[in-house]
Order: sequence, then C-alpha cells, then structure tokens
Amino acid sequence: MLKVNNLKINYGGIEAVKGISFSIEQGGIVTLIGANGAGKSTTLRCIAGLIKPRSGSIEFLGEDITGKDPAAIVARGITMVPEGRKIFSDLTVLENLKIGAYLRTESLDEDLKWIFDLFPRLKERSWQLGGTLSGGEQQMLSVGRALMSRPKLIMMDEPSLGLAPLIVRDIFEIIKEINRQGVTILLIEQNANMALKTADIGYVMETGRITLTGTGYELLTNEGVKAAYLGA
Amino acid sequence: MDMKKLIKTAGPIALLFLLLFVLEKTLPTTSMLFVVLKKGAIYALVAVSMNLLNGFTGLFSLGQAGFMLIGAYTYGILTIPLEAREAVYQYFDGGIVSFTVPVLVAIAAAGLVTAVFAYLIGLPVLRLKSDYLAIATLGFAEIIRAVFQWDKLGPVTNGSNLLKRFPVFTSTLFPFAVAGVCIAVIVLLINSSYGRAFKAIRDDEIAAEAMGINLAKHKQMSFTISSFFAGIGGALLAMYQTTVQAAAFRATMTYEILLIVVIGGIGSVTGSCLASFLFIACSEWWLRFLDEVTYIGAFQVPLLSSGFRKVVFSVIVMIIVLFYSRGIMGTKEFSLDALFRFFKKRFGKTKKEDVAG
Repeated sequence: MLKVNNLKINYGGIEAVKGISFSIEQGGIVTLIGANGAGKSTTLRCIAGLIKPRSGSIEFLGEDITGKDPAAIVARGITMVPEGRKIFSDLTVLENLKIGAYLRTESLDEDLKWIFDLFPRLKERSWQLGGTLSGGEQQMLSVGRALMSRPKLIMMDEPSLGLAPLIVRDIFEIIKEINRQGVTILLIEQNANMALKTADIGYVMETGRITLTGTGYELLTNEGVKAAYLGA
Repeated sequence: MDMKKLIKTAGPIALLFLLLFVLEKTLPTTSMLFVVLKKGAIYALVAVSMNLLNGFTGLFSLGQAGFMLIGAYTYGILTIPLEAREAVYQYFDGGIVSFTVPVLVAIAAAGLVTAVFAYLIGLPVLRLKSDYLAIATLGFAEIIRAVFQWDKLGPVTNGSNLLKRFPVFTSTLFPFAVAGVCIAVIVLLINSSYGRAFKAIRDDEIAAEAMGINLAKHKQMSFTISSFFAGIGGALLAMYQTTVQAAAFRATMTYEILLIVVIGGIGSVTGSCLASFLFIACSEWWLRFLDEVTYIGAFQVPLLSSGFRKVVFSVIVMIIVLFYSRGIMGTKEFSLDALFRFFKKRFGKTKKEDVAG
C-alpha cells in the first residue's frame, strides 16, 4: 500500500532521516518505535507532505506522492493524527470534525454517525469547544477528525502522549477497532510495549535509520529491544 | 430557512431601519447622534473586516487605513462629476479620468480595486507571521499613502490635493444599508466551510495544513476579502467626509479600528459593531464636555480644558483592556435570546423573592 524507498530528510539543518525504506501492507497495523529524536515524527510529517524530503521516494497505491502538498495527500487517502493532538481549541467538537472532512463535498451525516458510534463521548459534547475537553477526549477528537476524511491510511503520532494509563488502553482499543473496520494504520510510539502488542509489524528507528524489523511479537521478545525500549 | 428564524432575523433589522427613519424625521439634522450613527456604521464595517482577518483567521494585519485609502480614492476618482473635474484637478488640467460611474457601481469598484491591490501585496507579505506581518502591512499602508500623494500620479489622484465634489449621502440609512449588507456577507462567509477553515488556521496552522487546508490560498483569500470590505468602508468614509485627502489615512486610523476590534472582542462580529458605535460616541460626543472650560458659580472646574477628553478616553480604554481583557463580547456573539437569558438570570430570582415577600 505504502512504499517508502531510501527516504532522506533534512530538518532543522540536520539530516534527521538518513535513508530509510519500509512498506505497509493494506489492512495492517505497522508501528515505528524509537527514542526521542530518532526521526519518527519527521518521517511521518514527510509522508503527510508537511515537509519535503531531500531524496528518496514515497509511493502510495502505486502512485508516486513524493513532495506533493498536504491537501493532495489527504485527498488520496492518507491522514495524520498529529503529535500533541492539535485540536482546534476555539472550535466546537462538531466543527473540528467537519474540518477533518474539509476536502470532501458530499454529505457528512453518515460519517458523523460513524464517528459518534466510535466515540459516544464526542456526541455528548458535540457543542462544546474543543479546548474544554479532557486530554483523552481531545485525543479521541483528534482521531475522529482524521477519520472524517475517510482515509485509507491513518498515521498516528504518539497517541498515548501525556494520557493516563487507563485512557491509553482505551485509545489502543479504538485503534484496533478502526483497523478492524478496514483502515490501515501507521503508529508512532514511545510507549513501545503497547505499540508492539498492537502492531502486526514493527520497525525500530535509531538516529535516522531503521535498525531492526520484525513482527510485533518478535520485537517484544528481542533482547536488544527489551533492554533499550521496554525497560526490562 | 424556516419562517420563524426569518422573522427573528429580519424583524429587528426592519425595526432598526424604521427607528432610524423616525429619528431622521424628528431630530434636527445637526444632532450629534447622526454623526455617531453614520461614522459608527462605517467604522463597524471596517472593524468587522479587520476582525475577519485578525480575529477569525489569526493574521495580525495593520494595513486597514491603507486599504480604506484606496477605496476612498477609487470612489472619489470615479464619481466626481465631469463638469467639476476642471476645478478639482486644477493643477492637473482636469485629470485624465474622463468618465463617471453611478454611485453604487463606484462603491463596488472601490472594493474590487482595493482587493486587487491587497492580492498583490498579500503575495509577498502573507509569508510572514504574527508581528512581522503586522509591521509589513503597516509599512505597505504607509507606502500607499505616500504613493497616492505623489505628484507624478496627480492626473489620477490629484496629488496631495483634496478630492471633492463627488456625490455624498445625507441620510443615515445609506451607510447603514451598505455596511449592513457587507457585514451580513462577512457573517455568511464566517459561518461557511471557508470560515471554519479560517478559524482552524487561527487555532493551529500545522493541524489545519494536515487536514488538507491550503494555508497560502486561504490566508490570501481572507486577506483579499477583508481588504475588499475595507475598501468599501473607505468609499463610505469618503462620502461621509465629503472630501478625501491621502494625508488623513494615517496609521492612527488603523489603531482606532484595532482598538474597536479589541474592545469589542477579537473574534466577535457583533462585538466589533457595538464597540464601533461606543467608540465613536465616546470620542466624538459623550466626552465633549470635558474639553470645555466649565464654571460652577465662580468656581472653575479644574482640568477641564481642550484635549482633556482624550486623557479621560485613554484611561477608559485602559480600564476596559485591564478588566475586560477579552473585550465586551469575547468571542461570543450578541443575540436577543442571550440578552433575555442574561436578564432572566440576573433579575428573575429577585422577582420570585418579591412575590414570596
């Protein structure tokens, strides 16, 4: 579905990503784990079109999307749940969701119903301003907003950041549920334990390179990963 | 729209115009009230257009006076009657514009010409953010003011001389109607999906971009539309003043409008309108008595002398900014329903107690 080939990205004057290649199969959950500054977020933002790569290529459903602008990429079916949620705090929950479907012109009734089924809390609070929601609710809104564009691939940047453990579990349940409904997922996490338990395939990134690949289970039991990321 | 909603919207507007009509028939035409209403309506339009940019799109721009100037000049140049041109353009052989257009066409043209200028200025300027954008737009406004006074452009702009003798309005209804229609269009825009996109950009540019909103395109759109209405405001101001001179469109004018936007509430259309009338009323009318040397018996009231009004006015503004830092309305909108609810909440309880007592 998504093929990233020898991608190099300069960001903030340094080479943040030094030539990585990976691919995502349709219908799967793929995770990219690694420490701070490994280049995970940069990779994601590059796929979303927010920053341009220095070299390499990104292919989505057989089409080269390298260097396209974000609107074109959203239109092709890739959306991002940005790090730190980034909801629009002065817009209502409903408006936030509608912004997610900004590029679509058809009726949104069914999509809203879908989102409100997934997140009943958002329905209760649809007239509240985004900024008044709790952290967990904001994360759900952020995911819901991304889903409103009817993506084929949804990329999540640290969805567990700053949330209580119980809520993190809810969020991961929702990620699995969305995946069951046919959306492919690329997940970036520092919470490697949760991410690897959820994912089919995992990639470990270190200082701009992919150093290890395997199924979620393989990586969970890998001694190196255990020592470096699972604190065991 | 269902009937009930239509009546609710159209009713108060019809009432307002009826009230204005009655006032015009009953009060002497020299009443300060009409000055406040006319200028207030014009400033309300410009303040709302600035709010579209600063409050709803999050672009801190200070070019409003410059854009009003373009609008005012466009209107003047296009409407000065042919027979008056020789006298108005006395230093430039009657100027080179040798046609006139009807008033409403000229007002629309004022908006369009301003929008074209704004579009071109926006191309480089909108790459900047926050304070830098404010400084750049302020700079462009000053450049516009200088260019319009340039002698070489005299055949069109009359150089640094006055433009006058163009058609003006006498009734208060005219600026209210034009400003009202324009503000209604802005409100419709704000409530459309474009308006939502503007607000999204204001709240978080990165997230907005990630949702597929083209930042450059939408900022340019907001900037151009805002300037379009500032241009129309400029045309109305020209009509109100009956003369136009570029030198009058200083940065001070932009600051006055910015003040109105801040006092009304950044992100509130009705706030801008209310604040506009209050601002004009305070600065032109209600505080006038402070400027006059006053005696109570043989005692001269201290401090009251020419210019003191401005001191008091500044203090009032500071108090508002200190205690109502989000403005009169914040980001809320004024509505009759909300007003009734407010009074019910405040006074409903005491009434019940009265009954009980």
